[in-house]
Amino acid sequence: MNIDKELIEHISDLARIKLTEAEIKRFLPQLKEILDAFSKLDKVDTKDTKPSFQPVELKNMMREDKVGKCLKQEEALSNSKEKKDGYFKGPMAV
Amino acid sequence: MDINKIISETKKIDKEYHYFNTIDDSPKKEGNGNLNNVAVSVKDCICVKDMESRAGSKILSTYKPVFDATVIQRIRKEGAVIIGKTAQDAFGFGSFSTNVGKDMKIPLNPFDKERACGGSSGGAAGFTQKSTFKHIALGQSTGGSIVAPASFCGVVGLCPTYGRISRYGLMDYANSLDKIGPIAKTVEEVALMLEIIAGYDEKESTTLNEPVPKYTSYIKKDIKNLKIGIIKEAFGKGIEAELKEKVEEGIKMLEQQGAKIEDISLPLTKKYGVETYYLLAMCEASTNLAKFCGMRYGASEQIKGNFNEYFSNIRSDYFNDESKRRIIIGTFARMAGYRDAYYIKAAKVRAKIIDEYKKAFEKVDLLVSPTMPFVAPRFKEIEKLSPLQNYMADTLTVGPNLAGLPHISVPIGTNKDKMPIGLMLTADHLKEETLIQASSKLEK
Repeated sequence: MNIDKELIEHISDLARIKLTEAEIKRFLPQLKEILDAFSKLDKVDTKDTKPSFQPVELKNMMREDKVGKCLKQEEALSNSKEKKDGYFKGPMAV
Repeated sequence: MDINKIISETKKIDKEYHYFNTIDDSPKKEGNGNLNNVAVSVKDCICVKDMESRAGSKILSTYKPVFDATVIQRIRKEGAVIIGKTAQDAFGFGSFSTNVGKDMKIPLNPFDKERACGGSSGGAAGFTQKSTFKHIALGQSTGGSIVAPASFCGVVGLCPTYGRISRYGLMDYANSLDKIGPIAKTVEEVALMLEIIAGYDEKESTTLNEPVPKYTSYIKKDIKNLKIGIIKEAFGKGIEAELKEKVEEGIKMLEQQGAKIEDISLPLTKKYGVETYYLLAMCEASTNLAKFCGMRYGASEQIKGNFNEYFSNIRSDYFNDESKRRIIIGTFARMAGYRDAYYIKAAKVRAKIIDEYKKAFEKVDLLVSPTMPFVAPRFKEIEKLSPLQNYMADTLTVGPNLAGLPHISVPIGTNKDKMPIGLMLTADHLKEETLIQASSKLEK
């Protein structure tokens, strides 16, 4: 896999991380080495294999549809520095 | 020991070795039961009510959960005293606890301060070794983060079957791999803690609704009928000779006590385990870390600009290098056009690795190997490693983690530099009691 400066900038933009020029320079060969290692998996024959997203079989669990205790609004907001009238504040979206 | 003395002793050790991110000045005992007055340290990634919980990352500075993780609720009920949050690689991203958050200190090995504790539950294992009072740690593993530090610090660490212990209140690294588990000085203490925290939790849909055995009753139980497979590939090139010898002595001890020993081969796990593990773990991590954005909780700055700029600034300033690397690779491997070649491919190889283990457990009850290929490395050696070389340290631990299998590391002696060596046993799903049974036979 050929990962270059342009691609790394595109990915970091998608991931909402701004990389400095120095970081790009440092990360580029490291990421290349890692992705090359990952390409090793191409050699495994998985034609008839289904992907496994969990190591053990999981069943759907339902709990009773009953009203339980939930956090109070003050508790839910207790870690927010920016808040107003029972809401937390975020940066401008539009 | 009384609580005040425990805290002053803890602070003294921490000052020298940096095992804690937070210490509670005046912890309270609430319940009453099998952990009465036992000091419990909690890995930073597990939520403890009103105690700063940062998963070892600066981006979660100031975050104080308003609830307890299920494991914390369960140990409080049994009378445990929660003394603080232990140091770790940020979010669990590391094998040596050197990838700590930007404002945090690296924990030092209890036997040699120039060496690492192992990771990512490094503070937990180091402190377990150094504490002079009764203490059990709660650690967490995604790809080996319980047994690796246990091995490097000469203590016992058990990583349970995926789903055995509730993860409600654990800050996710990779959901299909994360497990909480105990680290302690003895197998018996590990068994006791497991007995208390294991079991179904209606708040956590991946917990298994299976009965919890009385694990402590398996201590020193006869192992005459046990079949143990030596993982052939785990004794080959790249494994330190002295370490191999000690583990082989341990296997002999098990044989002398009646266990039947045979060779087992896991070629696929050996060849592709690390790559499969890291690919999946990074993909899952990159989605899990998307929620950290400087809003609602954790580190924040004065809100300005649009949301993309604000979130990007916070994430760029507060995540450490390893977090950024894993987010970038994980994002890439899930991108349209690459997803099938990387993420789905790895999930398929994972299925084959699980199958390889399941076939082995048709023949034997336990698998045995060294826990790590080497003893705790020196910081100056770690500095020279590339990220990929760092990942290769997990070559023996990623297998059971990918397959969700329970595994334990027990100290089995030291090398010529007096550094501890760990022996790892792996069992089939939900066979933690067999791990406890056999590993207790290796304790002096």
